[in-house]
Amino acid sequence: MPAVTVRELTRRFGDFVAVDHVSFDVEQGEIFGFLGSNGAGKSTTIRMLCGLLTPTSGTALVGGIDVGRDPEGVKGRIGYMSQRFSLYELLTVEENITFFGGLYGLDDEAIVSRRNFVLDMAGLRGRERTLTQDLAGGWRQRLALGCAILHEPPILFLDEPTGGVDPVSRRQFWALINQLSQRGVTIFVTTHYLDEAEHCHRLALMQAGRIAALGTVRELKAVFSDRAVVEVRTPSPMEALRALDDVPSVEKTSLFGTALHVWLKPGERDTRPLQQRFKERGLKTESVEFVQPSLEDVFMDVVERAGGAPA
Amino acid sequence: MRQALAVGRKEFWQIVRDRRTLMILLFVPAFFLVLYGYALNWDIRHVRLAVMDREHNRDSRELISSFTHSTFFDIVATVTSMTDIETLMDRGEIRAALVIPEGMSRDLRSGRVAQVQVLINGDNANTAATVFGYAQAIVRGVSAQLRLGLVTGGRVPPPISAEPRIWYNPELTSTLFLVPGLIGFIVMISSVVSTSMSIVREKERGTWEQVRMAPISTVSYVVGKTIPYFAISLVSAFFIIAAAMLLFGLPMRGSWLLLLFTVSLFLAGALGTGLLVSTLVESQSLAFQVSLLISLLPTIILSGFIFPIASMPAPIRAITVVVPARYFLAALRAIVLKGVDAHVVSMELAALGVYAACVLGLASVRLGKERA
Repeated sequence: MPAVTVRELTRRFGDFVAVDHVSFDVEQGEIFGFLGSNGAGKSTTIRMLCGLLTPTSGTALVGGIDVGRDPEGVKGRIGYMSQRFSLYELLTVEENITFFGGLYGLDDEAIVSRRNFVLDMAGLRGRERTLTQDLAGGWRQRLALGCAILHEPPILFLDEPTGGVDPVSRRQFWALINQLSQRGVTIFVTTHYLDEAEHCHRLALMQAGRIAALGTVRELKAVFSDRAVVEVRTPSPMEALRALDDVPSVEKTSLFGTALHVWLKPGERDTRPLQQRFKERGLKTESVEFVQPSLEDVFMDVVERAGGAPA
Repeated sequence: MRQALAVGRKEFWQIVRDRRTLMILLFVPAFFLVLYGYALNWDIRHVRLAVMDREHNRDSRELISSFTHSTFFDIVATVTSMTDIETLMDRGEIRAALVIPEGMSRDLRSGRVAQVQVLINGDNANTAATVFGYAQAIVRGVSAQLRLGLVTGGRVPPPISAEPRIWYNPELTSTLFLVPGLIGFIVMISSVVSTSMSIVREKERGTWEQVRMAPISTVSYVVGKTIPYFAISLVSAFFIIAAAMLLFGLPMRGSWLLLLFTVSLFLAGALGTGLLVSTLVESQSLAFQVSLLISLLPTIILSGFIFPIASMPAPIRAITVVVPARYFLAALRAIVLKGVDAHVVSMELAALGVYAACVLGLASVRLGKERA
């Protein structure tokens, strides 16, 4: 049985449909990523799955429990961590762990053993008595994760868990998430960072309340299997962008960091028309070469086809 | 229960580490007590008085000495013209003047009403009314004596004399009346403000969301959240009661146990009010303002702290029915000043209990809705 089963889940706020007949499954032990711009319906979905918001229609089974019928029952079986790493800043590391353990109804013995587990996992040994407000972002993030899994929930919800954390800490954090997944914990994560989405086993791209695309990273990128993406590096990307407007083999162009991504029409594998055009316009280029489409390319493509603005 | 304990312990750690909350709970009350205790004083003594005596005989001197002998007036000037009185009054050197006209003794002896004039600076109506009362009492006393003296040909005491005995506060010091009100006022403010901020702070910092995700019942949460504030506020309340006894001579004639019970009921209501506020607002600054407003104004104006409830117009009197401080003050004054038994204040205690049950219940319902 999947860890999370969502069928036709819908939530309206007045006339506004925040989540519109969404269906998907999350398998046990899977890292399931939820991507989308602000207002796409990610948060509303996650809040319904956590039992904080009642669905208008449709069903969601989380750990076998219907969240619409028994929201409190869901709460005991899930862990939740938000982007704010909601810890008590005036409490020490140890006190935060003790408090959240107590909040989830663990007895003293369980708290002690889980505390040791969390301290080891988060690398917080020796900092037990540090006030949480004095911890750096990465430590806090790992402590918040630890506090969210004290009661050993089979399903863990992470709502943009890596905001404001340095890259090294982010990597450490994802290593922890992978460990949890290997132990069979199902992880449902929303993120803005497309590079992070590559850590997910499967991804759902949400757009205007609907799931615009769903699949593994490889599957999503396969959308581009018959279309080539050319990366152009040039000192004057804006002029280059305009120059390519009416080249027949070009489907569309977009800025990608400091470079230019040019998507050729299906079947086209030739960069010479591009080079030709740059030469005509007297534009200098540093490089023009084929690249693997990134998740961002996929994301932009999906969002564009769904008719919305990207994040 | 274990969950409530976890919340309570956490809250206690937070309060102890958070200097601001601790200050609001422990030191600000004591500071307020000292400040207001000394500043709030209605007793008027040593009113500066000028005398203009146009009669210059035994009767007039008798009247003047009656003023001097009361501790209410100090004669600071003897003048001979109304212009002098005006000048002194304008300069603020005197608050009142006594004018004895020529012919007072003659009127007195011929059976006519003898007139003396008392001029009072009315820029402060309360003080003026009090000074007027003092002056009138002195003049009446003297005139009764003089009249009897005329009839019997000698100096005799008046036939009926009221011998006042003031109970519970024999010296009529307004401090004894005000300090219980002050205690109620301080306890109310500090506990409402601190509890209302506590949940709103969690909302602001995002920890509230984390708590909402936990499978904890609203009742456990409210119990856990309230107990540490209750304990600390109770300590603080008794701290200021003790300070009031040391500094202002507040007596303790009743039972400490009854006092503890009364304060506890009042605190439960105050903490419930704070919790209720925190469910209605989203920011700490708003929580601070709202709780100050709803605790400060009714507790000062509508509780009988300063203005007697009996003399309020009926609609206002009706509003005071829902002001918990009103019952607390009545009970507190009765216990410390009169030393009454529980059954005498049973109505007040019941009212405090009902108020506490209502606000705590309402706060739990609102919190439950917010968590769902």
